Amino acid sequence: MSYPAARPVTFSVNGVSHTLSLAPWVTLLDALRERLRLTGTKKGCDHGQCGACTVLCNDQRILSCMTLAVMKQGAAITTIEGIATGDTLHPLQQAFIDHDAFQCGYCTPGQICSAIGMLREGKARTRTEVKELMSGNLCRCGANKTIIDAIMEVKESYE
Amino acid sequence: MNNFDYLQPQSVSEAVDQAGTNDSNRFIAGGTNLLDLWKYDLLHPAALIDINQLPALNSITETAEGGLRLGALCTNAATAYHPLVEERYPLLSKAILAGASAQIRNMATNGGNLLQRTRCYYFYDPAVPCNKRNPGSGCPAIGGYNRMHAILGASDQCIAVFPSDMCVALAALNAVVLVTGQQGDRSIPFADFHRLPGDQPALDNTLLPGELITAIDLPPNRFATNYSYLKLRDRHSYAFALVSVATALDLDGDTIREARIALGGVAHKPWRNELAEQFLQGKAAIEANFAAAADILLQGAQGYQHNGFKIPLAKKAIIRNSLMALDPASQLPGAQPSA
Amino acid sequence: MQSTPTVGKPISRLEGILKVTGAARYAAEYEVPDLLHGYVVNSTITKGSITRIDTTQAMAVEGVVHIFTHENRPRLAWFDLQYADMDAPPGTVFKPLHDATIHYNGQPIALVIAQDVETARYAASLLTIEYEETSFDTCLNDNLHKARKPKKGLASVMKSPPPKPTGDVKKAFQQSAAQVAAEFRHSTEHHNPMELFATTTVYEGDGQLTIYDKTQSTINNQLYVANVFGLKYKYVRVLAPFVGGGFGSGLRPQYQLFLCVMAALQLKRSVRLVLDRKQMFSFGHRPQNVQRLHFSADDKGQLTGLSHTAFSATSQFEDYAETVSEWSHKLYPAPHTSFDYQLVSLDLHTPVDMRAPGGNSALHAIECTMDELAYKLGIDPLEFRLRNYADEDPSTGKPFTSKALRACYQLAAEQFGWHQRNPQPASMKRGNKLVGYGMATGIWDAFQFPARVEAMIDQEGKLVISNATTDIGTGTLTIMTQIAADEFGLPIEQVNVHYGDSKKPFSMFQGGSATTASTGSAIVIAAQALKKKLWKIAKGMDGSPLAKAGEADVAFDSGQIYLRHDPSVAISLAAIVAANKGRPIKTTNMGKPHLLKLRKYAKATHSAAFVEVEVDAELKTITVTRAVTAVAAGKIINPKTARSQIEGSMVWGISKALHEATILDEKLGKFMNPNLAEYHIPVHADIHELDVIFADEPDEIINELGVKGVGEIGLVAMPAAIANAVYHATGKRFYNLPIHFNELL
Repeated sequence: MSYPAARPVTFSVNGVSHTLSLAPWVTLLDALRERLRLTGTKKGCDHGQCGACTVLCNDQRILSCMTLAVMKQGAAITTIEGIATGDTLHPLQQAFIDHDAFQCGYCTPGQICSAIGMLREGKARTRTEVKELMSGNLCRCGANKTIIDAIMEVKESYE
Repeated sequence: MNNFDYLQPQSVSEAVDQAGTNDSNRFIAGGTNLLDLWKYDLLHPAALIDINQLPALNSITETAEGGLRLGALCTNAATAYHPLVEERYPLLSKAILAGASAQIRNMATNGGNLLQRTRCYYFYDPAVPCNKRNPGSGCPAIGGYNRMHAILGASDQCIAVFPSDMCVALAALNAVVLVTGQQGDRSIPFADFHRLPGDQPALDNTLLPGELITAIDLPPNRFATNYSYLKLRDRHSYAFALVSVATALDLDGDTIREARIALGGVAHKPWRNELAEQFLQGKAAIEANFAAAADILLQGAQGYQHNGFKIPLAKKAIIRNSLMALDPASQLPGAQPSA
Repeated sequence: MQSTPTVGKPISRLEGILKVTGAARYAAEYEVPDLLHGYVVNSTITKGSITRIDTTQAMAVEGVVHIFTHENRPRLAWFDLQYADMDAPPGTVFKPLHDATIHYNGQPIALVIAQDVETARYAASLLTIEYEETSFDTCLNDNLHKARKPKKGLASVMKSPPPKPTGDVKKAFQQSAAQVAAEFRHSTEHHNPMELFATTTVYEGDGQLTIYDKTQSTINNQLYVANVFGLKYKYVRVLAPFVGGGFGSGLRPQYQLFLCVMAALQLKRSVRLVLDRKQMFSFGHRPQNVQRLHFSADDKGQLTGLSHTAFSATSQFEDYAETVSEWSHKLYPAPHTSFDYQLVSLDLHTPVDMRAPGGNSALHAIECTMDELAYKLGIDPLEFRLRNYADEDPSTGKPFTSKALRACYQLAAEQFGWHQRNPQPASMKRGNKLVGYGMATGIWDAFQFPARVEAMIDQEGKLVISNATTDIGTGTLTIMTQIAADEFGLPIEQVNVHYGDSKKPFSMFQGGSATTASTGSAIVIAAQALKKKLWKIAKGMDGSPLAKAGEADVAFDSGQIYLRHDPSVAISLAAIVAANKGRPIKTTNMGKPHLLKLRKYAKATHSAAFVEVEVDAELKTITVTRAVTAVAAGKIINPKTARSQIEGSMVWGISKALHEATILDEKLGKFMNPNLAEYHIPVHADIHELDVIFADEPDEIINELGVKGVGEIGLVAMPAAIANAVYHATGKRFYNLPIHFNELL
């Protein structure tokens, strides 16, 4: 079966507008990684089971592996590459380094993007609630404790 | 993982026209289950009809009779955190927040939630027989590893369970599903929406090919004070239920005016039994009565090699969740058992 | 002039900024012009052969470049030995696309190459494959009667067969005051690093390849590729500066490397191949096992007999073996012992080492049996361990190079509050929850492998250290930098470490918790040799103030060589390089274990884990509410990264005890949960208080640095400590892992 494969799709990534010619079956994750070379967003399962591909879409955390790029026409996407301001790290990025909140680093971009989305949602009050609302991001190195420590530090400094 | 066409209708009627009655044209909203199934080679859509640009489906409004109408396109998160839902249907909020992950809830829609397919291992492996996927091929789950499978309403063709949490609450709340299609609009009482496998396990629900869910209506009720959702699973979050319970109580002092109990993770659809609820009517809200209601609700339950535990677990879960409903503040994040 | 030492300081990971900004590139993330993409097709039967494989429809898809199958693969090396990597067990290595034979379910049988990954994936779904199926066996339990001794081979060096029996363990069991017989079963587990296995092969022309690979050994994979494809070693370069977790899965070259390189060579193009999560369950796992233990003790609580027999699954083509049965006798003395380890060949892929292979399964069984025995004797479980404490290795009588296990017990017990425990099972409650305390001992080997390091002072006077090792998240880059910096008294900013590259001097593989001991020791040796060289050159410089200084008279600090008794007399390293006509000064040296000296000693790391669980009184859900692990592992170079290693392995312990298992349907002969939704590893909501204590354990003998390694020791004690805590909470003992909460109903 062949379809009129590629079609233009325009969305912004980290404040820069991109128009890509994409087949409808290209996921946002693959568009970011393979077309835009923004490989900071990770593919861990490609099925919405690990959270490594988490990006912010119009300020909401979503899974880029479970999204078709064509569905994001006009959206504003933020990836891990767009979190810092110039050379100044986002407080969460710094807190992750300070707390050693990663080992292999592969889940880290997703954890950080997810945490930014979680703080913005403003639904978590306690450490227990933060853990629950961050549970969509797996970490096989077992850095769970320091990840939550890092997030709690930033959360408390915001409040 | 086949290639497919991609359509962007500008109205509900255009969407319905594009779908036709061809089952291989699929609506896509959040995509969190549909794309998962497509990537696993379990679903081969000819066209995906993207309904995300249809604002008519994307609002939560009050109904004339004092209930709420939840747009099919509203995300699970937007629904769970909506002030009117939190105020009038907190049971629904709790159930939604017990499902999936925060990211998925930001994407997944109310309509899509109803259409999730089972997580049965054998359904998910296109290389093995499965009556749900390939009617008549057999059910390896019945004699295989069936820890997650059904104890109620199963058939000799299929013992899969329906994985949604949200729908367990919707079942308890007597929701009504509004759909539209080429034959026009209709509303389906929630109990009639999902079906048991019987000898047609391929059919999860009573939606006709090409029909589109437009909204879910919640009738007014008096369950905003005493309610609880409890979910038991193999880790404390981000896992499908082995057993879940939605309980809603309307109390008159210590006496139960009306009760609703729905179970998740035990059958091909959210499981209710009005006899159990009728039993509680007018009775004291005490453990012994909830235990007796649990026995009625679990009548006919049958375990397989690895899931027999679900019967005693469900009973204990019903009792605990009833007590949690008497003290909703005892509910914990992730719908874990009260401390 | 006295720089601050960095060893022992909690320095943040040097590559941290790259990891938190998304700039760290993993194997699938290198931008290469004109890249082709591959997708693997896997067998859907368990055993038999392919009778027909039709690629016509797939080849017709626009953008498909080539499809490799066993029928059209290029001719390759045919000696099995040439496929044998450094970690290959005895047997015949699996060779992808070798012939029509199917050895296991999920075996790679075709590779589709296309212009983009979506096209390759789609075309892969269009292959028509017909099989002839034959009967298979994947059930360990049904085949225990076929158990046999493992074949011996190179890999047996690290995993020696169990020792001979001593005394009469059967009689001891029958005649002792107390005894416990128990059988334990463990499920198959998969490593599931977050990063998918991937290879990017850059075709450089002239038979040269640059390969970005997910591996725990750049050199192992370089040798493998060169041997299999008949290339010169120097023309094959394997790079792995960032590895998204390994846990053992990257110790052997996996099939995506073979297939990717094969395609690149045949097509003379650069190729990328990434496996999907389901395929991550198709190349090696921790094997399922059955363990039978018979422990006995006298009425004073002294162990009299230790008997441990283990049965483990392997493939039909390789004898993967682990050290399982004899660990108890490295911890506890007993006059009567018997240890046995046997394999059962099944129609599955060969297992591959997974974090604390062998010990992880063994210690669960041993320490649960010890707990049960302590209860039979009416002795506190910690006291029972102390009564059987061994200052020397009971299995050999040799002294340990160091052993601070006693301190581990004391420190962890005190921090945990073990003395508050009511020994009566099911006696402690908190609201709806039963509370249980459990403890267990951990032991792991202290390996050191040979490693070569190049140490160099460059024109700016900076120290440059090179070694082929990877850093799979262990903190290796940071630790190597600290060790090197301290050798020269330099701040870490003045040290560059080059790693993750097969072009750099030899490193074996990043496994067995051995990297710091191996590469770290080699850094010390190379640094010392470089200092000697620098001293000699400095002496000979025109008008050198150090002309008469002997080697012992000088020292290095802050980028200078200086006279010990008069530090004002100094020459900068940059000046020495300038005097060397601007040529960097370097040396390459080998570090290796001091085998002769070490022969007289036993060497091990130890740990003690104390765990609190809450079990819901009715629903039986289990939560590990807090855990304290004390570790004795020699000198800790970086307490920050070391703590993370231990905490991470404690999470692995929780996972093994309560969550993870690969479901094997023995009728279908295949794994049924090859995904991260149903292969459960803990989520944030499962992990609560974790505390780590490092016991002071000076070790002058083990190696130049006095280090042992912390990658695995944090895991081994945890599963038993959790199971023992569940027993204490509920009065029920569980012998199979994971413990599903519903089993308590």
